[in-house]
Amino acid sequence: MAEPITREEVEHVARLARLALTPEEVERLTGELGVILDHAGDVSALDLGDVEPTAHPLPLVNVLRADEVRPTLDRDEVLAAAPDAEDGRFRVPRILDAP
Amino acid sequence: MSAPATDLAAAVRSGTQRARDVVEERLADIEARDPELHAFLLVLGDDARVAADAVDAAVAAGDDPGPLSGIPVVLKDNLCVRGTPTTCGSRILDGWRPPYTATVVERVKRAGGIVLGKTNLDEFAMGSSTENSAFGPTRNPHDVSRVPGGSSGGSAAAVAAGFGLLGLGSDTGGSIRQPAALCGVVGVKPTYGMVSRYGLVAFASSLDQIGPFATTVEDAARLLDVIAGPDPFDSTCIPDVPPALEPTLRDGVAGLRIGIIEELTDVDGVQQEVRAAVEAAAAALEAAGATVERVSVPSTVYGLSAYYLIAPAEASSNLARYDGVRYGLRVEAEDVATMNAATRAAGFGPEVKRRIMLGTYALSAGYYDAYYGQAQRIRTLIIRDLARVYESCDALLSPTSPTVAFEVGARTADPLTMYLSDVCTIPSNLAGHAAMSVPWGTGAENLPVGVQVLAPALGEPVMFRVAQALEEAAP
Repeated sequence: MAEPITREEVEHVARLARLALTPEEVERLTGELGVILDHAGDVSALDLGDVEPTAHPLPLVNVLRADEVRPTLDRDEVLAAAPDAEDGRFRVPRILDAP
Repeated sequence: MSAPATDLAAAVRSGTQRARDVVEERLADIEARDPELHAFLLVLGDDARVAADAVDAAVAAGDDPGPLSGIPVVLKDNLCVRGTPTTCGSRILDGWRPPYTATVVERVKRAGGIVLGKTNLDEFAMGSSTENSAFGPTRNPHDVSRVPGGSSGGSAAAVAAGFGLLGLGSDTGGSIRQPAALCGVVGVKPTYGMVSRYGLVAFASSLDQIGPFATTVEDAARLLDVIAGPDPFDSTCIPDVPPALEPTLRDGVAGLRIGIIEELTDVDGVQQEVRAAVEAAAAALEAAGATVERVSVPSTVYGLSAYYLIAPAEASSNLARYDGVRYGLRVEAEDVATMNAATRAAGFGPEVKRRIMLGTYALSAGYYDAYYGQAQRIRTLIIRDLARVYESCDALLSPTSPTVAFEVGARTADPLTMYLSDVCTIPSNLAGHAAMSVPWGTGAENLPVGVQVLAPALGEPVMFRVAQALEEAAP
């Protein structure tokens, strides 16, 4: 497996990850990710079709708490940490009809 | 051997030592020596004085402030304290003051511990040398030309330098144990789910665990006993309260069956003096009545590859929250997507970007099963292999780090070489097991060597007995 990652793939992944990379960063990451993925190739080449994947070390499912009203974080304190807020809400630049 | 933290707590509780004096002495020491080491990102002098005075007042009034009375404790700067800047070693959290406090910090304070400051780390705990901090590297107190290890290098260095008697770090692939080994202190990664992670900034949620640094095994047990146990704010906690470790610490190792993991010990890349330390440690346990054998855990050779797919995959998801909307840095732009991408480009350092990219790729359409899926299957194999070995062993030994502390800058140019620092510590995170590093003398150039003790999930009582026996026998 472990085909080297291409420059175009790096640019695509950067868009998925919302990272504005410079051309130099794309160049460097194409090389570095290629080396790391090549090393990881020993894993992708193994025949493990009959082995169940493990996502989490504990067999916990559906941990629930009592449905009681409890104090929560202070809204003003939380919003004070935001870069921009208005009328008790986070404020962001335009989402619709973005240029 | 004395245990500085537990001895100090006893003195403060009995009124023979004032917490305020201890704090003043530590703060003066930090002011004098930390400019060279850079263990701290933030020293909380005023808060520490107020807390120390409260402990002294409680003692004077005949109350018991608790098992950590007057002990200076340092916190890795990915643990939240309400109203106190928390950076994770990153520019992207610039100016952020958390609106809540981590459960472990609440428990330390409730037990009479004094929070002395926030310590340096690799950005978002991603690294093995503390060189990935946006605020500059930490130096090893044993040799300032060397790294302290990482990612919890600030806490390890602070405890090794005597700034704090106890420290807290987080361990996702070795980030407590490896710096403990390189700085010559005790570092523990508890069983996954034993310690609440509420208020720990998430890196890789199926692997992260908070644990103690100390100069002795007994002191580490004292701190772990304080922070362990379920928490309604963390649904991934094991629901049962674990047994206290301090009472059984000196029960000895007679009759225990110890295995040395071949694949992590007898391989290229492990320095000769590190391997010799593991051999000597095993011989000491044998002399104390344990039996020792070599064991094979074949799947551990794939641990590194599996880890460097799983951890970045989880990190790429966890770090999506740093988008310039709710906290920290924002780089203004016309529309929200451009603002997100510009903010993340400006706020994250090279290693964090590398892991976000790697993780996003490993989870992307067409590659998910070949990389992330395969890594999860390796995880199953490691759990199976370890379960088989633990049928005939009570605890295992290996090096903590393949090498002693390396020179600042020696591994920064090559990510893969840096990743190899974690090869011995990763299997315990993948399995969710307990493991700790215990100092075992010094190797080349008088640098500390650590021996790793591994135990199955909730195997802490036996693991600490082995660690205590090693400490008593160590050169």
